[in-house]
Amino acid sequence: MTADSPAAQRPVAARRPLFRRRSAIPGFGLTLGVTLSVLSLIVLIPLSAVALKAAELSPSEFLAAAFSQRALAAYRLTFGAALVAAVVNGVFGVLTAWAMVRYEFPGKTVLNALVDLPFALPTAVAGIALATLYAPNGWVGQFLTPLGIKAAYNPIGVTIALVFIGLPFVVRTIEPVMRDLSADVEEAAASLGAGRLATIWRVILPALGPAWLTGFAMAFARGVGEYGSVIFIAGNMPYKSEIAPLLIIIQLEQFQYAQAATIAVVMLVVSFLMLLVINAIQAYSRRFV
Amino acid sequence: MARARHPTEDPTWVKALVLAVVAAFLALVLILPLAAVFAEALRKGLAVAIDAIAHADALAAVKLTLITAAITVPFNVVFGLCAAWAVAKHDFPGKAFLITLIDLPFSVSPVVAGLIYVLVFGLQGWFGEWLLDHDMKVIFAVPGIVLATIFVTFPFVARELIPLMQEQGVSEEEAAISMGASGLYTFWRITTPNVRWGLLYGVLLCNARAMGEFGAVSVVSGHIRGLTNTMPLHVEILYNEYDFVGAFAVAALLCLLAIVTLVLKTALEVAQPAVRRGGH
Repeated sequence: MTADSPAAQRPVAARRPLFRRRSAIPGFGLTLGVTLSVLSLIVLIPLSAVALKAAELSPSEFLAAAFSQRALAAYRLTFGAALVAAVVNGVFGVLTAWAMVRYEFPGKTVLNALVDLPFALPTAVAGIALATLYAPNGWVGQFLTPLGIKAAYNPIGVTIALVFIGLPFVVRTIEPVMRDLSADVEEAAASLGAGRLATIWRVILPALGPAWLTGFAMAFARGVGEYGSVIFIAGNMPYKSEIAPLLIIIQLEQFQYAQAATIAVVMLVVSFLMLLVINAIQAYSRRFV
Repeated sequence: MARARHPTEDPTWVKALVLAVVAAFLALVLILPLAAVFAEALRKGLAVAIDAIAHADALAAVKLTLITAAITVPFNVVFGLCAAWAVAKHDFPGKAFLITLIDLPFSVSPVVAGLIYVLVFGLQGWFGEWLLDHDMKVIFAVPGIVLATIFVTFPFVARELIPLMQEQGVSEEEAAISMGASGLYTFWRITTPNVRWGLLYGVLLCNARAMGEFGAVSVVSGHIRGLTNTMPLHVEILYNEYDFVGAFAVAALLCLLAIVTLVLKTALEVAQPAVRRGGH
């Protein structure tokens, strides 16, 4: 490259050129090619089918399918239950992570392994187990019935299933950050006279903020799409306990493909927004590491 | 107490309270459902439960689940290694976006994952007529089940390998290649041994999800007994027919799979602490 070429006149601050010098490691073209082809064939092209199918409807038909009274009720339940479940997991997930990171107690290894149960247990199994537990005559349901609480076949049941599904997302996202919190900051706070509660409230929890939000958003996103663990306990009554993914299946069974795709598009847009939020939180938090 | 409490240590009563709350919460949310499955399966005795599992339809479901996992997991291993090699060992624009795209299936509802393949391969779909003319079936058949499972488990292995390979950098590979090793030899003798535990971790999680997937498979399967029923779908059918012992017996088998997964995962984390990462 000669000194008077345009590239040499670029400001020095451009630290990352578009293409770095060719890497000495071979196989880039092959592996990137395979990655992009498989990604397109399995994920991207089929996903575009949903948008194309929904686009077959006229705008007014699209709006009618996307925001019918029944669909709106399903969104309300799906997003509402996922939000409540994520809040519940946000609280108990922090406590669980705290116990796993800070305390030693008998049975810790087993309990720690069990936190991942929702990742490993098929959702249908969780679904029938929860439906049986919270049915009016079930192990837990029999204590709720006298209190006038109807858990199964009700929105409460949907929330219970989503708490089960979301728990590990919160715990496993917070845990590594909690473990890496350096003791110095806490010691400094304590030596400056902060009480234990003040240290936790003003020093530890703010540091966990981004991880907590990420875990919360992941649990919420997973809860919105969840199907298997919910349908058994939900009761699936239209307008009352019918979740959005189930509505897609019902439309599909009535051969209303475009309507099913429309609801899927609404859900995809929401998931995509959640993904952006999660990435933004992570990018924001990395600035402080 | 003889020892003064360290300032960053919680008072004993706080410890006791937190542990009690956590134990009660985990017992209610995790342990009780697990216990309920085994209790319901054994309600009429072990023999009845074993009969339900040994039923021809149940065995066909087990077989289909194993076939699905046997195709899905190796596929994702090959893809994961390719993606990780391209992303972690090379620099190119749009890398972060590519990683986001690989992660995309995590944030798509399983039901939507099934729906997209119905729209592509179903009778009314893009290739519906062509498949019909050539007497091939994807939807309501095994290929659809495998495709939907691959979609749902797509990020598992790649997600495990990419950060691991990025951390390890390229110096070892560059050294091998500068000394005349071929690319394939370098990959096989340098990279693969370095990532084998992370790979195993990804395979473990991928396999559990592949065998347990319900929503996506439910949309494309058609629920034909003995033909297109996986184990989770078989559980649903038995449950909806009020054959609770049968449903919970097959569910108990899936619980055992989950427990084995968790035991192996924990053993791997104890032996190789580096594999432990954030949740999926």
